[in-house]
Amino acid sequence: MNSMTKPRAWESFFWPAVAAGLLLAVWHYSVVWTGTKVFPSPLSVEKAVAELLQRHVLWADIGDSLRRVAFGFGAAVVVGVPLGLWLGWRPAANQVVNPVLQILRPISPIAWIPVAIIFFGVGDRAAIFLIFLGSFFPIVVACVSGVSSVPPVMRSAGRNFGLSTPQLLMRVVFPAALPQILVGVRIALGIAWLVVVAAEMIAVDSGLGYLVIDSRNSGKRYDLVVAAMLMIGIIGLALDLSFRRLERIKSVRWGFRNAA
Amino acid sequence: MSSTEAVVTEPRAGQKLRVEHLGLVYERDGESIAALEDINLDVSEGEFICIVGPSGCGKSTLLNVLAGFLPSTSGSVTIDGESVNGPDPRRILVFQERGVFPWLTVEGNIGFGLSKLPRAQRDERIAHYVQTVRLEGFEHTYPSDLSGGMKQRLQVARALAVNPDILYLDEPFGALDSITRVMMRGELLRIWQSERRTIIFVTHDIDEAVQLADRVVVLSSRPARIEDIITIDIQHPRNISSPRYLELRDELLKQIGLAYEV
Repeated sequence: MNSMTKPRAWESFFWPAVAAGLLLAVWHYSVVWTGTKVFPSPLSVEKAVAELLQRHVLWADIGDSLRRVAFGFGAAVVVGVPLGLWLGWRPAANQVVNPVLQILRPISPIAWIPVAIIFFGVGDRAAIFLIFLGSFFPIVVACVSGVSSVPPVMRSAGRNFGLSTPQLLMRVVFPAALPQILVGVRIALGIAWLVVVAAEMIAVDSGLGYLVIDSRNSGKRYDLVVAAMLMIGIIGLALDLSFRRLERIKSVRWGFRNAA
Repeated sequence: MSSTEAVVTEPRAGQKLRVEHLGLVYERDGESIAALEDINLDVSEGEFICIVGPSGCGKSTLLNVLAGFLPSTSGSVTIDGESVNGPDPRRILVFQERGVFPWLTVEGNIGFGLSKLPRAQRDERIAHYVQTVRLEGFEHTYPSDLSGGMKQRLQVARALAVNPDILYLDEPFGALDSITRVMMRGELLRIWQSERRTIIFVTHDIDEAVQLADRVVVLSSRPARIEDIITIDIQHPRNISSPRYLELRDELLKQIGLAYEV
Protein backbone atom coordinates (compact mmCIF):
# COMPACT_ATOMS: atom_id res chain seq x y z
CA MET A 1 0.00 0.00 0.00
CA ASN A 2 2.68 2.44 0.96
CA SER A 3 4.95 1.48 -1.91
CA MET A 4 4.30 4.95 -3.34
CA THR A 5 6.17 6.61 -0.51
CA LYS A 6 8.58 3.98 0.79
CA PRO A 7 10.54 1.47 -1.32
CA ARG A 8 10.09 -2.10 -0.20
CA ALA A 9 12.91 -3.67 1.81
CA TRP A 10 14.18 -5.89 -1.01
CA GLU A 11 14.23 -2.96 -3.43
CA SER A 12 16.72 -0.98 -1.39
CA PHE A 13 19.18 -3.86 -1.86
CA PHE A 14 18.11 -5.05 -5.25
CA TRP A 15 18.60 -1.94 -7.35
CA PRO A 16 22.01 -0.98 -5.99
CA ALA A 17 23.07 -4.60 -6.58
CA VAL A 18 21.83 -4.33 -10.16
CA ALA A 19 23.83 -1.13 -10.66
CA ALA A 20 27.00 -2.70 -9.24
CA GLY A 21 26.44 -5.82 -11.36
CA LEU A 22 26.03 -3.73 -14.50
CA LEU A 23 29.23 -1.85 -13.76
CA LEU A 24 31.12 -5.13 -13.28
CA ALA A 25 29.67 -6.46 -16.54
CA VAL A 26 30.70 -3.31 -18.46
CA TRP A 27 34.17 -3.61 -16.96
CA HIS A 28 34.45 -7.31 -17.71
CA TYR A 29 33.31 -7.08 -21.36
CA SER A 30 35.40 -3.95 -22.00
CA VAL A 31 38.46 -5.94 -20.98
CA VAL A 32 37.39 -8.94 -23.07
CA TRP A 33 36.41 -7.01 -26.20
CA THR A 34 39.40 -4.66 -26.27
CA GLY A 35 41.70 -7.63 -25.66
CA THR A 36 43.86 -5.56 -23.31
CA LYS A 37 46.77 -7.37 -21.75
CA VAL A 38 47.50 -4.61 -19.22
CA PHE A 39 44.22 -3.82 -17.50
CA PRO A 40 42.77 -6.62 -15.34
CA SER A 41 39.22 -7.98 -15.50
CA PRO A 42 37.07 -8.20 -12.38
CA LEU A 43 37.85 -11.89 -12.11
CA SER A 44 41.60 -11.39 -12.06
CA VAL A 45 41.16 -8.63 -9.49
CA GLU A 46 39.22 -11.06 -7.33
CA LYS A 47 42.07 -13.56 -7.63
CA ALA A 48 44.52 -10.77 -6.80
CA VAL A 49 42.62 -9.95 -3.60
CA ALA A 50 42.75 -13.61 -2.64
CA GLU A 51 46.49 -13.67 -3.38
CA LEU A 52 47.10 -10.59 -1.25
CA LEU A 53 45.14 -12.12 1.59
CA GLN A 54 47.13 -15.35 1.32
CA ARG A 55 50.43 -13.54 1.42
CA HIS A 56 49.24 -11.73 4.55
CA VAL A 57 50.61 -8.47 3.21
CA LEU A 58 47.16 -6.96 2.84
CA TRP A 59 46.36 -6.92 6.56
CA ALA A 60 49.77 -5.50 7.38
CA ASP A 61 49.38 -2.78 4.74
CA ILE A 62 45.86 -1.92 5.89
CA GLY A 63 47.13 -1.78 9.45
CA ASP A 64 50.00 0.53 8.50
CA SER A 65 47.73 2.90 6.57
CA LEU A 66 45.17 3.03 9.37
CA ARG A 67 47.87 3.59 11.98
CA ARG A 68 49.28 6.57 10.05
CA VAL A 69 45.81 8.04 9.66
CA ALA A 70 45.13 7.50 13.35
CA PHE A 71 48.25 9.44 14.34
CA GLY A 72 48.08 12.23 11.76
CA PHE A 73 44.33 12.75 11.93
CA GLY A 74 44.30 12.26 15.71
CA ALA A 75 46.95 14.95 16.16
CA ALA A 76 44.99 17.26 13.86
CA VAL A 77 41.87 16.82 16.03
CA VAL A 78 43.80 17.30 19.28
CA VAL A 79 45.54 20.47 18.07
CA GLY A 80 42.91 21.77 15.64
CA VAL A 81 39.75 21.66 17.79
CA PRO A 82 41.06 23.72 20.74
CA LEU A 83 42.82 26.12 18.37
CA GLY A 84 39.67 26.51 16.27
CA LEU A 85 37.50 27.03 19.36
CA TRP A 86 39.86 29.70 20.62
CA LEU A 87 40.07 31.49 17.28
CA GLY A 88 36.30 31.40 16.95
CA TRP A 89 35.91 32.78 20.44
CA ARG A 90 38.45 35.57 19.91
CA PRO A 91 37.66 37.23 16.56
CA ALA A 92 40.64 39.57 17.09
CA ALA A 93 43.04 36.63 17.21
CA ASN A 94 41.30 35.08 14.24
CA GLN A 95 41.83 38.24 12.23
CA VAL A 96 45.55 37.98 12.88
CA VAL A 97 45.87 34.29 12.02
CA ASN A 98 43.23 33.98 9.33
CA PRO A 99 45.26 35.28 6.34
CA VAL A 100 48.02 32.74 7.04
CA LEU A 101 45.45 29.96 7.41
CA GLN A 102 43.74 30.95 4.19
CA ILE A 103 47.02 30.86 2.26
CA LEU A 104 48.11 27.51 3.69
CA ARG A 105 44.71 25.88 3.35
CA PRO A 106 44.46 25.55 -0.44
CA ILE A 107 47.95 24.03 -0.71
CA SER A 108 47.50 20.35 -1.43
CA PRO A 109 49.25 18.16 1.13
CA ILE A 110 50.89 16.46 -1.89
CA ALA A 111 52.79 19.69 -2.53
CA TRP A 112 54.22 19.37 0.96
CA ILE A 113 55.82 15.98 0.21
CA PRO A 114 59.30 17.36 -0.59
CA VAL A 115 59.18 19.58 2.49
CA ALA A 116 57.99 16.69 4.62
CA ILE A 117 60.88 14.55 3.43
CA ILE A 118 63.41 17.30 4.20
CA PHE A 119 61.95 17.64 7.71
CA PHE A 120 61.39 14.01 8.58
CA GLY A 121 63.26 11.94 5.99
CA VAL A 122 61.63 9.07 4.17
CA GLY A 123 59.51 7.29 6.75
CA ASP A 124 56.44 7.14 8.91
CA ARG A 125 56.80 10.57 10.38
CA ALA A 126 56.78 12.27 6.98
CA ALA A 127 53.55 10.47 6.06
CA ILE A 128 51.95 11.28 9.40
CA PHE A 129 52.95 14.93 9.01
CA LEU A 130 51.28 15.08 5.60
CA ILE A 131 48.08 13.55 6.95
CA PHE A 132 48.15 16.00 9.83
CA LEU A 133 48.44 18.92 7.41
CA GLY A 134 45.66 17.63 5.21
CA SER A 135 43.18 17.24 8.07
CA PHE A 136 44.26 20.13 10.28
CA PHE A 137 42.91 23.02 8.20
CA PRO A 138 39.36 21.76 7.60
CA ILE A 139 39.07 21.06 11.33
CA VAL A 140 40.25 24.54 12.35
CA VAL A 141 38.02 26.23 9.80
CA ALA A 142 34.96 24.21 10.88
CA CYS A 143 35.58 25.04 14.53
CA VAL A 144 35.99 28.76 13.86
CA SER A 145 32.81 28.95 11.83
CA GLY A 146 30.98 26.64 14.26
CA VAL A 147 31.81 28.87 17.21
CA SER A 148 31.03 32.12 15.42
CA SER A 149 27.62 30.83 14.34
CA VAL A 150 26.52 29.98 17.87
CA PRO A 151 23.39 32.13 18.33
CA PRO A 152 24.21 35.10 20.62
CA VAL A 153 21.05 34.24 22.55
CA MET A 154 22.65 30.99 23.71
CA ARG A 155 25.79 32.73 24.92
CA SER A 156 23.66 35.29 26.74
CA ALA A 157 21.59 32.53 28.31
CA GLY A 158 24.78 30.80 29.48
CA ARG A 159 26.18 33.98 30.98
CA ASN A 160 22.85 34.70 32.64
CA PHE A 161 23.25 31.51 34.67
CA GLY A 162 26.53 32.84 36.03
CA LEU A 163 29.00 30.83 33.93
CA SER A 164 32.63 31.94 33.78
CA THR A 165 34.27 32.14 30.36
CA PRO A 166 35.85 28.62 30.50
CA GLN A 167 32.52 27.21 31.71
CA LEU A 168 30.69 29.03 28.95
CA LEU A 169 33.06 27.56 26.36
CA MET A 170 32.69 24.05 27.76
CA ARG A 171 28.99 24.03 28.55
CA VAL A 172 27.51 26.25 25.83
CA VAL A 173 29.83 27.18 22.97
CA PHE A 174 31.38 23.75 22.40
CA PRO A 175 28.13 21.75 22.45
CA ALA A 176 26.40 24.40 20.35
CA ALA A 177 29.16 24.28 17.73
CA LEU A 178 29.63 20.50 17.91
CA PRO A 179 27.43 19.51 14.95
CA GLN A 180 29.38 21.85 12.68
CA ILE A 181 32.69 20.71 14.17
CA LEU A 182 31.75 17.09 13.49
CA VAL A 183 31.08 17.91 9.84
CA GLY A 184 34.55 19.44 9.55
CA VAL A 185 36.16 16.50 11.32
CA ARG A 186 34.40 14.06 9.02
CA ILE A 187 35.63 15.95 5.94
CA ALA A 188 39.10 15.93 7.49
CA LEU A 189 38.96 12.16 7.96
CA GLY A 190 38.08 11.73 4.28
CA ILE A 191 41.02 13.94 3.31
CA ALA A 192 43.32 12.04 5.68
CA TRP A 193 42.41 8.81 3.90
CA LEU A 194 43.15 10.41 0.52
CA VAL A 195 46.46 11.80 1.72
CA VAL A 196 47.73 8.60 3.33
CA VAL A 197 47.59 6.80 -0.01
CA ALA A 198 49.47 9.58 -1.79
CA ALA A 199 52.03 9.87 1.00
CA GLU A 200 52.67 6.14 1.03
CA MET A 201 53.42 6.17 -2.66
CA ILE A 202 56.42 8.41 -2.05
CA ALA A 203 57.47 8.65 1.54
CA VAL A 204 57.32 5.08 2.92
CA ASP A 205 57.52 1.42 1.89
CA SER A 206 54.38 -0.05 3.41
CA GLY A 207 50.67 0.65 3.43
CA LEU A 208 47.98 0.54 0.78
CA GLY A 209 49.45 3.44 -1.21
CA TYR A 210 52.79 1.66 -1.31
CA LEU A 211 51.01 -1.53 -2.35
CA VAL A 212 49.52 0.28 -5.36
CA ILE A 213 52.79 1.80 -6.52
CA ASP A 214 54.86 -1.28 -5.71
CA SER A 215 52.54 -3.59 -7.62
CA ARG A 216 53.00 -1.42 -10.67
CA ASN A 217 56.74 -0.96 -10.33
CA SER A 218 57.60 -4.58 -9.62
CA GLY A 219 56.23 -6.42 -12.61
CA LYS A 220 53.30 -4.28 -13.74
CA ARG A 221 50.82 -6.29 -11.69
CA TYR A 222 47.75 -4.20 -12.54
CA ASP A 223 45.47 -6.81 -11.02
CA LEU A 224 47.12 -6.08 -7.67
CA VAL A 225 46.95 -2.33 -8.34
CA VAL A 226 43.19 -2.46 -8.86
CA ALA A 227 42.74 -4.85 -5.94
CA ALA A 228 44.54 -2.38 -3.68
CA MET A 229 42.44 0.48 -5.07
CA LEU A 230 39.31 -1.48 -4.26
CA MET A 231 40.45 -2.01 -0.69
CA ILE A 232 41.19 1.73 -0.37
CA GLY A 233 37.65 2.50 -1.51
CA ILE A 234 36.01 0.01 0.81
CA ILE A 235 37.98 1.11 3.87
CA GLY A 236 37.36 4.77 3.08
CA LEU A 237 33.64 4.08 2.90
CA ALA A 238 33.75 2.13 6.15
CA LEU A 239 35.55 5.01 7.91
CA ASP A 240 32.99 7.51 6.67
CA LEU A 241 30.01 5.35 7.58
CA SER A 242 31.32 4.70 11.08
CA PHE A 243 31.95 8.40 11.59
CA ARG A 244 28.44 9.21 10.39
CA ARG A 245 27.08 7.15 13.26
CA LEU A 246 28.34 9.87 15.58
CA GLU A 247 25.88 12.26 13.98
CA ARG A 248 23.04 10.15 15.30
CA ILE A 249 24.01 10.70 18.93
CA LYS A 250 21.09 12.54 20.46
CA SER A 251 23.03 15.47 21.86
CA VAL A 252 24.24 16.45 18.38
CA ARG A 253 21.39 15.14 16.24
CA TRP A 254 19.53 18.48 16.44
CA GLY A 255 22.24 19.99 14.26
CA PHE A 256 21.72 17.55 11.40
CA ARG A 257 18.45 18.35 9.70
CA ASN A 258 18.13 15.32 7.46
CA ALA A 259 19.14 12.75 10.07
CA ALA A 260 16.12 10.71 11.09
CA MET B 1 3.68 62.62 32.89
CA SER B 2 5.39 59.42 33.93
CA SER B 3 8.89 60.81 33.72
CA THR B 4 8.08 63.17 36.56
CA GLU B 5 5.90 60.70 38.41
CA ALA B 6 8.65 58.09 38.61
CA VAL B 7 11.32 60.31 40.11
CA VAL B 8 11.03 59.16 43.68
CA THR B 9 14.08 59.54 45.86
CA GLU B 10 12.90 57.73 48.97
CA PRO B 11 13.08 53.94 48.60
CA ARG B 12 9.61 52.55 49.16
CA ALA B 13 8.89 49.41 51.12
CA GLY B 14 8.60 46.37 48.85
CA GLN B 15 10.37 48.17 46.05
CA LYS B 16 12.35 45.84 43.84
CA LEU B 17 13.72 47.56 40.79
CA ARG B 18 14.43 51.20 40.26
CA VAL B 19 15.38 52.81 36.97
CA GLU B 20 16.55 56.41 37.13
CA HIS B 21 17.20 58.72 34.18
CA LEU B 22 18.34 55.73 32.17
CA GLY B 23 19.75 56.54 28.75
CA LEU B 24 21.57 54.56 26.08
CA VAL B 25 23.43 56.06 23.13
CA TYR B 26 25.36 53.85 20.76
CA GLU B 27 27.65 54.53 17.85
CA ARG B 28 26.99 53.28 14.37
CA ASP B 29 29.02 54.34 11.32
CA GLY B 30 30.44 57.24 13.30
CA GLU B 31 26.99 58.52 14.19
CA SER B 32 25.64 58.41 17.69
CA ILE B 33 22.12 57.07 17.93
CA ALA B 34 19.98 57.44 21.02
CA ALA B 35 18.10 54.25 21.83
CA LEU B 36 16.80 55.02 25.30
CA GLU B 37 16.20 58.42 26.81
CA ASP B 38 15.47 59.38 30.41
CA ILE B 39 13.67 56.21 31.44
CA ASN B 40 12.35 56.33 35.00
CA LEU B 41 10.52 53.42 36.53
CA ASP B 42 9.87 51.88 39.92
CA VAL B 43 8.79 48.28 40.15
CA SER B 44 7.53 46.68 43.36
CA GLU B 45 8.25 43.21 44.58
CA GLY B 46 6.00 40.66 42.88
CA GLU B 47 4.65 43.13 40.36
CA PHE B 48 3.86 42.14 36.77
CA ILE B 49 4.97 44.91 34.40
CA CYS B 50 4.41 44.86 30.65
CA ILE B 51 6.43 47.07 28.36
CA VAL B 52 4.77 47.93 25.04
CA GLY B 53 5.72 50.23 22.23
CA PRO B 54 6.02 50.47 18.47
CA SER B 55 8.27 47.84 16.95
CA GLY B 56 11.94 48.75 16.89
CA CYS B 57 11.46 51.35 19.62
CA GLY B 58 13.98 49.79 21.96
CA LYS B 59 11.81 47.61 24.18
CA SER B 60 14.25 44.73 23.95
CA THR B 61 17.18 47.09 24.38
CA LEU B 62 15.66 48.34 27.60
CA LEU B 63 15.16 44.78 28.83
CA ASN B 64 18.77 43.91 27.96
CA VAL B 65 19.99 46.89 29.97
CA LEU B 66 17.81 45.92 32.94
CA ALA B 67 19.15 42.35 32.75
CA GLY B 68 22.73 43.59 32.66
CA PHE B 69 23.57 42.44 29.14
CA LEU B 70 24.01 45.98 27.83
CA PRO B 71 25.67 48.78 29.77
CA SER B 72 23.70 52.01 29.88
CA THR B 73 25.39 55.27 28.95
CA SER B 74 23.61 57.38 31.54
CA GLY B 75 21.40 56.96 34.57
CA SER B 76 21.19 53.86 36.73
CA VAL B 77 19.39 50.59 37.34
CA THR B 78 19.26 49.33 40.89
CA ILE B 79 17.74 46.16 42.27
CA ASP B 80 17.19 46.08 46.04
CA GLY B 81 19.42 49.14 46.19
CA GLU B 82 22.27 47.35 44.45
CA SER B 83 23.27 48.61 41.03
CA VAL B 84 23.18 46.27 38.05
CA ASN B 85 26.60 45.67 36.48
CA GLY B 86 26.10 42.51 34.47
CA PRO B 87 23.99 39.41 34.05
CA ASP B 88 23.21 37.60 37.26
CA PRO B 89 21.40 34.33 38.04
CA ARG B 90 19.16 36.26 40.44
CA ARG B 91 17.38 37.71 37.40
CA ILE B 92 16.90 35.62 34.31
CA LEU B 93 16.03 36.76 30.82
CA VAL B 94 13.75 34.54 28.76
CA PHE B 95 14.23 34.94 25.03
CA GLN B 96 11.71 34.83 22.22
CA GLU B 97 13.45 32.03 20.34
CA ARG B 98 16.43 29.70 20.48
CA GLY B 99 16.79 30.20 24.20
CA VAL B 100 16.74 26.51 25.18
CA PHE B 101 19.84 24.39 24.66
CA PRO B 102 19.11 21.85 21.93
CA TRP B 103 21.87 19.47 23.07
CA LEU B 104 20.26 18.97 26.48
CA THR B 105 17.06 17.14 27.38
CA VAL B 106 14.21 18.86 29.19
CA GLU B 107 15.79 17.74 32.47
CA GLY B 108 19.22 18.88 31.37
CA ASN B 109 17.91 22.30 30.41
CA ILE B 110 16.02 22.83 33.66
CA GLY B 111 19.05 21.66 35.64
CA PHE B 112 21.46 23.84 33.65
CA GLY B 113 21.82 26.53 36.30
CA LEU B 114 21.81 24.06 39.19
CA SER B 115 25.23 22.42 38.80
CA LYS B 116 26.34 23.68 42.22
CA LEU B 117 23.49 21.94 44.04
CA PRO B 118 23.88 18.42 45.45
CA ARG B 119 22.39 15.79 43.20
CA ALA B 120 19.31 14.95 45.27
CA GLN B 121 18.36 18.58 45.70
CA ARG B 122 18.88 19.25 42.01
CA ASP B 123 16.69 16.33 40.98
CA GLU B 124 14.00 17.51 43.33
CA ARG B 125 14.13 21.04 41.91
CA ILE B 126 14.00 19.71 38.34
CA ALA B 127 11.02 17.50 39.12
CA HIS B 128 9.21 20.43 40.72
CA TYR B 129 9.64 22.70 37.70
CA VAL B 130 8.86 19.97 35.19
CA GLN B 131 5.55 19.81 37.00
CA THR B 132 5.14 23.60 37.24
CA VAL B 133 5.33 24.00 33.47
CA ARG B 134 3.46 20.75 32.81
CA LEU B 135 6.15 18.88 30.94
CA GLU B 136 5.70 15.61 32.82
CA GLY B 137 6.58 12.68 30.62
CA PHE B 138 8.96 14.78 28.54
CA GLU B 139 11.86 14.77 31.02
CA HIS B 140 14.16 12.91 28.62
CA THR B 141 12.97 14.58 25.43
CA TYR B 142 15.23 16.86 23.42
CA PRO B 143 13.93 20.33 22.45
CA SER B 144 13.85 19.42 18.75
CA ASP B 145 10.98 17.05 19.60
CA LEU B 146 9.03 19.71 21.52
CA SER B 147 6.48 22.18 20.16
CA GLY B 148 7.16 25.92 20.21
CA GLY B 149 4.95 26.42 23.26
CA MET B 150 6.64 23.59 25.15
CA LYS B 151 10.06 25.05 24.39
CA GLN B 152 9.02 28.39 25.85
CA ARG B 153 7.59 26.67 28.93
CA LEU B 154 10.91 24.85 29.23
CA GLN B 155 12.78 28.14 29.06
CA VAL B 156 10.57 29.57 31.82
CA ALA B 157 11.16 26.44 33.91
CA ARG B 158 14.92 26.67 33.45
CA ALA B 159 14.75 30.30 34.55
CA LEU B 160 12.56 29.61 37.59
CA ALA B 161 14.72 26.67 38.67
CA VAL B 162 17.58 28.95 39.77
CA ASN B 163 15.13 30.81 42.00
CA PRO B 164 15.52 34.29 40.51
CA ASP B 165 13.69 37.20 42.04
CA ILE B 166 13.07 38.89 38.71
CA LEU B 167 12.04 37.26 35.46
CA TYR B 168 12.56 39.28 32.30
CA LEU B 169 10.59 38.02 29.31
CA ASP B 170 11.41 39.35 25.86
CA GLU B 171 8.35 38.76 23.67
CA PRO B 172 8.38 35.16 24.88
CA PHE B 173 5.22 34.18 23.01
CA GLY B 174 5.89 36.27 19.91
CA ALA B 175 6.88 33.33 17.74
CA LEU B 176 3.93 31.15 18.75
CA ASP B 177 0.63 30.71 16.95
CA SER B 178 -2.28 32.72 18.34
CA ILE B 179 -4.03 29.83 20.10
CA THR B 180 -0.88 28.66 21.84
CA ARG B 181 -0.12 32.25 22.75
CA VAL B 182 -3.43 32.65 24.58
CA MET B 183 -2.91 29.37 26.43
CA MET B 184 0.63 30.37 27.39
CA ARG B 185 -0.67 33.60 28.92
CA GLY B 186 -2.89 31.56 31.19
CA GLU B 187 0.02 29.30 32.11
CA LEU B 188 2.29 32.26 32.86
CA LEU B 189 -0.33 33.91 35.08
CA ARG B 190 -0.84 30.65 36.94
CA ILE B 191 2.92 30.32 37.48
CA TRP B 192 3.25 33.97 38.48
CA GLN B 193 0.45 33.63 41.01
CA SER B 194 1.95 30.50 42.57
CA GLU B 195 5.63 31.51 42.45
CA ARG B 196 5.23 35.24 43.09
CA ARG B 197 8.20 36.57 41.18
CA THR B 198 8.59 40.07 39.84
CA ILE B 199 7.99 39.91 36.10
CA ILE B 200 8.95 42.40 33.42
CA PHE B 201 7.43 41.36 30.16
CA VAL B 202 8.12 42.99 26.79
CA THR B 203 5.45 42.57 24.14
CA HIS B 204 4.13 44.27 21.05
CA ASP B 205 0.70 42.78 21.67
CA ILE B 206 -1.68 45.21 23.41
CA ASP B 207 -4.16 42.48 24.39
CA GLU B 208 -1.37 40.46 25.93
CA ALA B 209 -0.32 43.46 28.01
CA VAL B 210 -3.85 44.23 29.26
CA GLN B 211 -4.51 40.57 30.07
CA LEU B 212 -1.31 40.05 32.02
CA ALA B 213 0.03 43.19 33.59
CA ASP B 214 -0.49 45.06 36.82
CA ARG B 215 0.89 48.10 35.02
CA VAL B 216 1.67 48.69 31.38
CA VAL B 217 4.61 50.90 30.43
CA VAL B 218 4.11 52.57 27.06
CA LEU B 219 7.28 53.52 25.22
CA SER B 220 7.54 56.08 22.43
CA SER B 221 9.30 55.34 19.15
CA ARG B 222 13.07 55.81 18.99
CA PRO B 223 14.61 57.10 21.12
CA ALA B 224 12.40 55.25 23.61
CA ARG B 225 10.93 57.41 26.32
CA ILE B 226 8.16 56.48 28.69
CA GLU B 227 4.96 57.94 27.24
CA ASP B 228 2.68 56.67 29.94
CA ILE B 229 2.25 54.06 32.62
CA ILE B 230 -1.24 52.61 32.77
CA THR B 231 -2.45 50.68 35.79
CA ILE B 232 -4.67 47.74 34.89
CA ASP B 233 -7.12 47.75 37.78
CA ILE B 234 -8.95 44.52 36.96
CA GLN B 235 -8.81 41.44 39.15
CA HIS B 236 -7.59 38.13 37.73
CA PRO B 237 -9.13 36.16 36.06
CA ARG B 238 -9.88 39.01 33.70
CA ASN B 239 -12.97 39.13 31.58
CA ILE B 240 -11.71 40.24 28.19
CA SER B 241 -15.09 41.55 27.08
CA SER B 242 -15.78 43.61 30.21
CA PRO B 243 -16.21 47.36 29.61
CA ARG B 244 -13.22 48.23 31.81
CA TYR B 245 -10.97 45.81 29.88
CA LEU B 246 -12.05 47.30 26.55
CA GLU B 247 -11.63 50.82 27.89
CA LEU B 248 -8.05 50.16 29.01
CA ARG B 249 -7.28 48.39 25.77
CA ASP B 250 -8.56 51.31 23.73
CA GLU B 251 -6.63 53.74 25.85
CA LEU B 252 -3.46 51.79 25.14
CA LEU B 253 -4.18 51.55 21.44
CA LYS B 254 -4.68 55.29 21.34
CA GLN B 255 -1.45 55.83 23.26
CA ILE B 256 0.47 53.86 20.69
CA GLY B 257 -1.32 55.72 17.93
CA LEU B 258 -3.21 52.84 16.38
CA ALA B 259 -6.58 53.27 14.72
CA TYR B 260 -9.71 51.71 16.19
CA GLU B 261 -10.70 50.22 12.92
CA VAL B 262 -8.68 48.22 10.46
